[in-house]
Amino acid sequence: MSDSSHRRGAGGERLFGLTTAGAAWLVLLLLLGTAVSMAWGGRQAFSTFGFGFLTSREWNPVEGHFGALVPIYGTLVTSAIALIIAVPVSVGIALFLTEIAPRWARGPIGIAIELLAAIPSIIYGMWGLFVFAPWLGEHVQPWLIEHLGNTPILGPLFEGAPIGIGMLTAGIVLGIMIIPFVAAVARDVFAAVPPSLREAAVALGSTRWEILSRVTLPYTRSAIVGAVFLGLGRALGETMAVTFVLGNAHDLSISLLMPSNSIAATIANEFTEADTDLYRSSLIALAFLLFVVTFIVLSLAKLLLSRMDRSLGRTH
Amino acid sequence: MSARQLRRRIADLAAFAFACAATIFGLVFLFWILWTTFRYGVEALKPSLVTQMTPPPGEDGGLLNAFYGSGVMVLLAVAIGTPIGIAAGTYLAEHGRFSRLAAIVRFVNDILLSAPSIVIGLFVYELVVRTMGHFSGIAGALALAMILLPIVTRTTDEALRLVPDTMREAGFALGLPRWKVTGQILYKAARAGMLTGILLGLARISGETAPLLFTALNNQFWSADLAQPLANVPVVIFQYAMSPYDQWHALAWAGALTLTAFVLALNVFVRILARKGNSK
Repeated sequence: MSDSSHRRGAGGERLFGLTTAGAAWLVLLLLLGTAVSMAWGGRQAFSTFGFGFLTSREWNPVEGHFGALVPIYGTLVTSAIALIIAVPVSVGIALFLTEIAPRWARGPIGIAIELLAAIPSIIYGMWGLFVFAPWLGEHVQPWLIEHLGNTPILGPLFEGAPIGIGMLTAGIVLGIMIIPFVAAVARDVFAAVPPSLREAAVALGSTRWEILSRVTLPYTRSAIVGAVFLGLGRALGETMAVTFVLGNAHDLSISLLMPSNSIAATIANEFTEADTDLYRSSLIALAFLLFVVTFIVLSLAKLLLSRMDRSLGRTH
Repeated sequence: MSARQLRRRIADLAAFAFACAATIFGLVFLFWILWTTFRYGVEALKPSLVTQMTPPPGEDGGLLNAFYGSGVMVLLAVAIGTPIGIAAGTYLAEHGRFSRLAAIVRFVNDILLSAPSIVIGLFVYELVVRTMGHFSGIAGALALAMILLPIVTRTTDEALRLVPDTMREAGFALGLPRWKVTGQILYKAARAGMLTGILLGLARISGETAPLLFTALNNQFWSADLAQPLANVPVVIFQYAMSPYDQWHALAWAGALTLTAFVLALNVFVRILARKGNSK
């Protein structure tokens, strides 16, 4: 090798190393930059309202009072409904795909469930607003109001008129949206349970339910919790679908049938209309809260999944 | 059969029935959503969709400017996000494989992958739109690139780590420098996986709405100027679907069908491609 080409090789080596490390740093900086920029953009709201920003239910752009309680409440309630629906269904799908379905059907059905994650969220929103919410309002909500609306503890959750849109509808749509994410992880970790454990259970005469409840779930517990956190992280930050079906109302109500607001939906609906600095800053402060909470939730998910990650090589 | 055996049998059947019901639940919603989009979308499909601009309220029109704007922004985002993502993924899998920075970046990248896209939109708003003083197509493309970046980074990292070490050793044994081993051997071996990541990322950003609301905004008229607000399919669908006008609703459904068909076709294509790559 001649001297000049050798030197060129060394230069290429350094350039390549620097470029790739720079790109890796950029990923890190983008996340830091997002956090800092949201904190900086929201500083006016935080300094004006202080801690009261989190506890005030008033959201009045005309008088310049902004409290985040209603969007926070709406975000938490809809995400909770989503988890209540998505977690058992996802475990059921994972069980079906790993234990029950005939081998030839596993691939196509698995892909179909994964396609639920590929549908853009705005399509979920349109379907939710024009088809699913009216259907719920006509067929399901009257039944809920009639049969559960007067019961002692659950009653207040199901009071009101069957108007279709509201927290319940948004929660269900969110639940459907996060099913593919939770189910994919659950399927992968179920499939990664060492065959010897399963075979031992089978040899003892266990039924499928006993294998699931006493071998598979205990063995995969931390990864399943990680998958739930992953779904929660998605649900908290989901914007368009919720914006369509939540009803954009800054009211605090116990009833799940009432319209409400979420952090992401408030930002999506109001940011381009925000006409004062304080208004805009309050919306960015909301985004900061959302970012911090999803960061914590997703970090927990990642930590819980990392143990399984190593044995699998991959979970998503 | 004893009572205990019966109880166990019933519990087993219940679990079986629940697993089947859960799968049917998921599939029903998939087909319900697709059927809805197809039915309303086909009704609204007209040749004028691709020959006319987005109309004012209550008039007929098309989505030509929106298709154009979306296409330009998505391609620009791929052009920006792909090289950076491949470089970052290369660092994670190759040059910095066991470094502390790689461990941190891998962690952060996975969080960025699931981070709320609306927050990313606001970040680009603060960074670009405020600096420029107005909404623009370039800001929209940057927001989409920021969503694409973690997808490409992750899939590149995974694809490269699947390449057996013997290939690296063979390259080094020939006296090749590291960057040539990566560029001329590993990239070729990992090509299918990396391409999968880029195409999946492209499908994902094609449907993203939230990050465009505060960056590209929208534009009712034909504009090819990236420094100005740019029409795009997702935001047009959002505005038109939320409006009270029937013509706008029809256009929103036509846009929704086109978008869904494109995204799903790309996803299915990628899976076929990946399967071919695996069987080779």
